[in-house]
Amino acid sequence: MPWYRRTYDWLERRLQLEGPIKDAVLHPVPKSTASWWYVFGSASAVLLVLQVVTGILLALVYSPSASHAWNILQVLNQQVPLGWFLRAMHGWGSNFMVAVVVIHMAQVFLFGAYKFPRELTWIIGVFLLLLTLGMAFTGQVLRFDQDAYWGLAIGASILGRVPWIGGQLVHLMLGGPIINGATLTRFFALHVFILPGTLLVLTVLHVWMVVKLGINEWPMPGRLVRRETYIQEYNELAHKDGLPFFPGAAWKDAYFAAAILLAVAICAAIFGPYGPTGTPDPTVINTVPRPDPPFLWIYTVLSYLPPEMETPFLLIVPPIAIAVLLGLPFVAGVGEKSWWRRPVAVFTVMFLAVCWASFTHLATSTPWSPKMNAWSGSPIPTAFLEHRTPLERQGANVFQEKQCRNCHSIGGSGGERGPALDDVATRLTEDQLIRQVLLGGGNMPAYGSTLSPPETTALVRFLNTLHPNYQPAASDASRAVAEQGGVPPASTVEPGNGQHKTQ
Amino acid sequence: MDEKLPPPSPHEQEQLLERDRISRRSFLMNVGLAINAAVGVLLAVPVVAYILGPVMRRREYLTWVDLGDAAKFNPGETKLVSFRNPFTNEWDGETANIPAYVRTAAPGRYTVFAVNCAHLGCPVRWFSESQLFMCPCHGGVYYADGSRASGPPERGLFEYPTKIENGHLLIEAGQMPTLSNRAAVRPCGEQSQPTLVKRIAPCPGTDEPTIG
Repeated sequence: MPWYRRTYDWLERRLQLEGPIKDAVLHPVPKSTASWWYVFGSASAVLLVLQVVTGILLALVYSPSASHAWNILQVLNQQVPLGWFLRAMHGWGSNFMVAVVVIHMAQVFLFGAYKFPRELTWIIGVFLLLLTLGMAFTGQVLRFDQDAYWGLAIGASILGRVPWIGGQLVHLMLGGPIINGATLTRFFALHVFILPGTLLVLTVLHVWMVVKLGINEWPMPGRLVRRETYIQEYNELAHKDGLPFFPGAAWKDAYFAAAILLAVAICAAIFGPYGPTGTPDPTVINTVPRPDPPFLWIYTVLSYLPPEMETPFLLIVPPIAIAVLLGLPFVAGVGEKSWWRRPVAVFTVMFLAVCWASFTHLATSTPWSPKMNAWSGSPIPTAFLEHRTPLERQGANVFQEKQCRNCHSIGGSGGERGPALDDVATRLTEDQLIRQVLLGGGNMPAYGSTLSPPETTALVRFLNTLHPNYQPAASDASRAVAEQGGVPPASTVEPGNGQHKTQ
Repeated sequence: MDEKLPPPSPHEQEQLLERDRISRRSFLMNVGLAINAAVGVLLAVPVVAYILGPVMRRREYLTWVDLGDAAKFNPGETKLVSFRNPFTNEWDGETANIPAYVRTAAPGRYTVFAVNCAHLGCPVRWFSESQLFMCPCHGGVYYADGSRASGPPERGLFEYPTKIENGHLLIEAGQMPTLSNRAAVRPCGEQSQPTLVKRIAPCPGTDEPTIG
């Protein structure tokens, strides 16, 4: 007997792991589950292992000290050999993990895998999703840069909206009255001990149940799940038309795991690590905080909610969403599994996917945010200044100087908070422009106390030139009547109302 | 040890349990469990108290902070200042440097705003030309007196209570202002309404636009 065989036998006699492992990997699964659609669960587990390994490697250098963390990341990026690559692997691994976990969830939802007898597998899966998102948020905090600091401020402000105990919750989250060293250490404990510990235990349970209850078979339209007969039907499927999980189905998992790890490594090598952005110094207020990719959609939602809906939405919708996910297997635990006969399920997934994609896309351009330097950085295109009177050009000056550009674009540059003003004169008459500028309204601040009467006149004269050549500026018909001493013009189509402006 | 030890069969285990159901050993086991439960509860008290430490203070995190000579703030200006948070540790580093805006509406009349947007806490920026505070996160805008101008905030900027002592401007500060803590309970005063809007409000009682 060769030496390695003897060593193996010596170990196996003591460990006795061969039996359970063989049972687990060789158990028969329905042939239909050996599909490329079934690789996302194992890929999530592989990414979790990647995150644990890279996380431990980063912990060799990192220190959760508010006054040092940022500098240590610089050292990791610049001085520790390949420190940048490990940071990048961990950051991109996080993005991939969130994405793969969500895809896995959508897949098991569409395949009806949450139905009897796998209800608890789904419920634990919901908690695994929440923990994964929790890891993504706490990980962003450990980067402890400007985005982390203001991300914490947003988190604290959301908690502060909780009635009665909001103030206490804020202090509990921050570990004190402000975002400081105590905040970083408690997020460190969350990210490194509490959340990953829970995540690993629940993952083991999740996989245990997959092995014990069998992988969900490929759903066939009309093959309904009944509590009385399902187990027997599944066993027949697995044994009569099945194959051992290893290697029958596992080879696809192995290929995909390798591909996804390679994808993480390629992204890490090409795009590099996330930040750190500026130092976590709250006195540096010239910052534009952005959340990490998994939370961009929330950023959009928070920008577009009407003010009065915000607190109820923030406090009521997340618990309802979680309750819906947890309650799903109890409401729809039996019956049809196939997506061909579950149009509501399919449209729900499509709707959520479209919402998520558009919200995330919007968050990359943030049209709701004023462009803070547009007033000094984006000059008015010369086309808008040619053939203008000195007063109108002075108005353009006012337009620029009073930071109107931060919210209004002209010629395609400037903020998008307010409407683009390229043809504003076709929409508002001179009187309406004056009123809008002085009084604001429609989400625009009032400038009445900031603009002197000459500035207002100049500004409105400039705004009144903003119309295409083929379309006259809007004008108030009654004004022409008043100018003619109350006599209406002979014809309503008489040109001149807009084209020849009375200066 | 050539043969593996067979585990006890479920039937065997049942029998053993049955035999010990009412016995001295099972009584001692139950007492042991009870003792552990009691010790567990006892240990949980300090653990929970430790975790709740930051919230169990009797007093609020508020104290008077000196912002320096009041004369250095010119009337009509809004100035960004910063102070060291009074509740801090050495290792907090620069996170304990807290910024604030001091507005001097008239000689001797100071209003001190937190930089945190009343929406979700991002740092608002002051634009002296348009006399507006603008938030880079979700687009909240405030007038020079801190009242809400537009965007998602429900209220004006948070104000610190101020007082003048020996010619120095003092503010009562120490904690991050959110909608829940004391900085938020004070409603916007009558004088914080923008004067112009007060004079010719487009739609009294609402911010409904009158145009467009």
